[in-house]
Amino acid sequence: MSTVSGIIERYAADPGMLIPMMQDLQAEHGYLPQTELKELASRLCVPLARIYGVATFYASFRLVPKGDHTVQLCLGTVCFLKGAGKISEALQREFQLVPGGTSPDGKFTFSPVNCVGACALAPVMVVDGQYYGGMAVDSALELLGKIAAGDKPAEPVKARERKRAVRGRKRA
Amino acid sequence: MSTVVTRLQSPEDLRQFCEQVLARRDPAARSVRVCLGTGCTAKGSPKIFERFRQAAAELGREDIVVQTKCTGCHGFCERGPIVVVDPGNVFYPGVKDEDVPEIWRETVLGGRVVERLLYHDETGAAARTPDEIPFYHAQHRIVLALNGVIDPTNIEDYLAAGGYAALAKVLSSMTPDEVIEEVARSGLRGRGGGGFPTGRKWRSARRASGEPKYTIANGDEGDPGAFMDRSLMEGAPHAVIEGMIIGAYTIGSSQGYIYVRNEYPLAVKHLGIAIQQAREIGLLGDDILGSGFRFDVRINRGAGAFVCGESTALMASLEGRVGEPRAKYIHTVESGLGGKPSLLNNVETWANVPQIILRGASWFASLGTEKSKGTKVFSLVGKVKNTGLVEVPMGMTLRQIVYQIGGGIRDGKPFKAVQTGGPSGGCIPAQCLDEPVDFDRLTELGSMMGSGGMIVMDDETCMPSVAKYFLQFLKEESCGKCTPCREGIAQMLDILTRITRGEGRPGDVETLSGLGQLLEDTALCALGKTAAYPVLSTVRYFRGEYEEHIDRKRCPAKVCPGLFRYVIDKETCRGCGLCAKKCPVEGITGERKQPHVIDQVKCINCGTCFEVCPFSGVVKI
Repeated sequence: MSTVSGIIERYAADPGMLIPMMQDLQAEHGYLPQTELKELASRLCVPLARIYGVATFYASFRLVPKGDHTVQLCLGTVCFLKGAGKISEALQREFQLVPGGTSPDGKFTFSPVNCVGACALAPVMVVDGQYYGGMAVDSALELLGKIAAGDKPAEPVKARERKRAVRGRKRA
Repeated sequence: MSTVVTRLQSPEDLRQFCEQVLARRDPAARSVRVCLGTGCTAKGSPKIFERFRQAAAELGREDIVVQTKCTGCHGFCERGPIVVVDPGNVFYPGVKDEDVPEIWRETVLGGRVVERLLYHDETGAAARTPDEIPFYHAQHRIVLALNGVIDPTNIEDYLAAGGYAALAKVLSSMTPDEVIEEVARSGLRGRGGGGFPTGRKWRSARRASGEPKYTIANGDEGDPGAFMDRSLMEGAPHAVIEGMIIGAYTIGSSQGYIYVRNEYPLAVKHLGIAIQQAREIGLLGDDILGSGFRFDVRINRGAGAFVCGESTALMASLEGRVGEPRAKYIHTVESGLGGKPSLLNNVETWANVPQIILRGASWFASLGTEKSKGTKVFSLVGKVKNTGLVEVPMGMTLRQIVYQIGGGIRDGKPFKAVQTGGPSGGCIPAQCLDEPVDFDRLTELGSMMGSGGMIVMDDETCMPSVAKYFLQFLKEESCGKCTPCREGIAQMLDILTRITRGEGRPGDVETLSGLGQLLEDTALCALGKTAAYPVLSTVRYFRGEYEEHIDRKRCPAKVCPGLFRYVIDKETCRGCGLCAKKCPVEGITGERKQPHVIDQVKCINCGTCFEVCPFSGVVKI
């Protein structure tokens, strides 16, 4: 049974469940492959245009394959006030990333998100589902640098402590 | 859960089952509760939990029983990971891996407090229990009462804490009209931001004709800087579900949906477990507690669209379409999901319902102000010392929240404003700090309650930049259906971008105000109607700051690049040369161990020197 058949069966072929179906499809492939979307459209008797509309309206859907690692950078109000905008600029510059796109070397898919709801940790970056709090430009670059080099990422707590240490030094 | 073999058949069954659960619990058992909310998890709490769990498993003593429990968010995310030991309710914030053996040996086994690991305030005084900490002391927790106390993945914990007793009461002794009357009398208003009287909404949904009727929980908490709903869904998912079952019973609905933000994986997981457990013991499904009433819930994950927090857009999304709102000539209680009557409430609203039923409308109405009853959960974040979730009675002043609970502003900086209501809200300045926080007062101040984000700003925050940030956000999130929102926000953003670049022109502020009014009058949904509030409120209270940007090309908060300068303070500079090394345009010169100088012609205002200087020797003027 193809992936699409299984997914359609899971939701009893209800076109109202289009979004969950597409979410499952994306979970399977990491993105929404065109062939699968066409199959979904014909099996559900839903115009492909509508599926395309849904895929491009919602920020979490991707029409191109994602990189080896997913980088979500929180750009919520608190992260923004604490400098996430600068982190975003630096990451885009250093790793040739564009919001929503994948780096040329295929290593990172970069998704700036509105808020991950972990404001106490601001600025927050989520790499492959792992939360890293208290980020700064240099620690964010270092983290992705390490991951790109294949190192096991630093402990999330360390990122924060490191920043504290720097601050302490400043005051002294 | 293995002890349950059959579904509970009546409210009496439920009562007996709760008694069994309580009887099975060893009153002498000690417990270690580790917070596994998103904040604490990010700081490494799963590892700490695992170490306690292992220690408990290897204890091998008959005389001591230790339960290890993972709980939802305590709200004090700032100081995570949080570990609480019972008996004694001993509260340890910021626990590190290496602290585990000491807490285990001293507190869990020995019953002694580890002074060193307690919460210490600025004066150095230690707090043993949460109640002794100012952050918790002034709070009044109803919705969050079980957060951090129960294991959200275990229905028995919720039942032992009195969970589902409200549902049993409703099914055994109240008619739908009586329930609605109780909710109406309590004065509960929608917690998602609108503040619509909940009882009135339920009554309309009950009267609406059409089958089937749907019950929906809005957990699409889109406001940046807000995470109340996330913590609630993660920490006490059954409270939301219980509220929904009661609501569904009153309107005669058999199908419910919980719409959860895509960015909240843990909330989805915990809600999923909770729904499964409620089904297993017969609190969801056919013939709930033998009443003949049938109801079930499913979770739909959002797909990353802010506008889907709007009721009609949310329902469009549930129908598998793009999340575009529609004009609400006909309310969703009459024609909502699939054109059927739909009762939609925010998850926090739902979670209030069981408490109102159990403790009575009068009790709830005794809390809060004349027109805003009960409590409200806020996420107190930004430049405040104690960041986290706070639940306070309506009517508490902003000053109490920011200073008493939040501990004031970080690094001794002056308070500038507090932003409430997310992108639909506004900035409230220092002169309004003594205003009470309730639905109506915040609206009068030019902001709004919103879902409960409360972002504190200090004097390093540039107000036109904040307004620009929100408009940028809204421009990207506007669905594009109606012209005022699609084009109006883009125009306003364009003007603000010019202002923050020092290219503002006289008359810009008036144009912004005019466009803002236009949006409020003509946009289709709440996203557009309120989109200008961040601009209008900052213009109202911080007009001088806009004028500085436009007339003098200066940014008083020293945030907007190019509208202030970086210079090196000769006294502080030790000539380490780090700034010169890092400067991308080679614009810093100086002899080693001598004060360095920034070449203002070359400087591109990137701020790298300011960031890297170990001695804070680079200053903004």
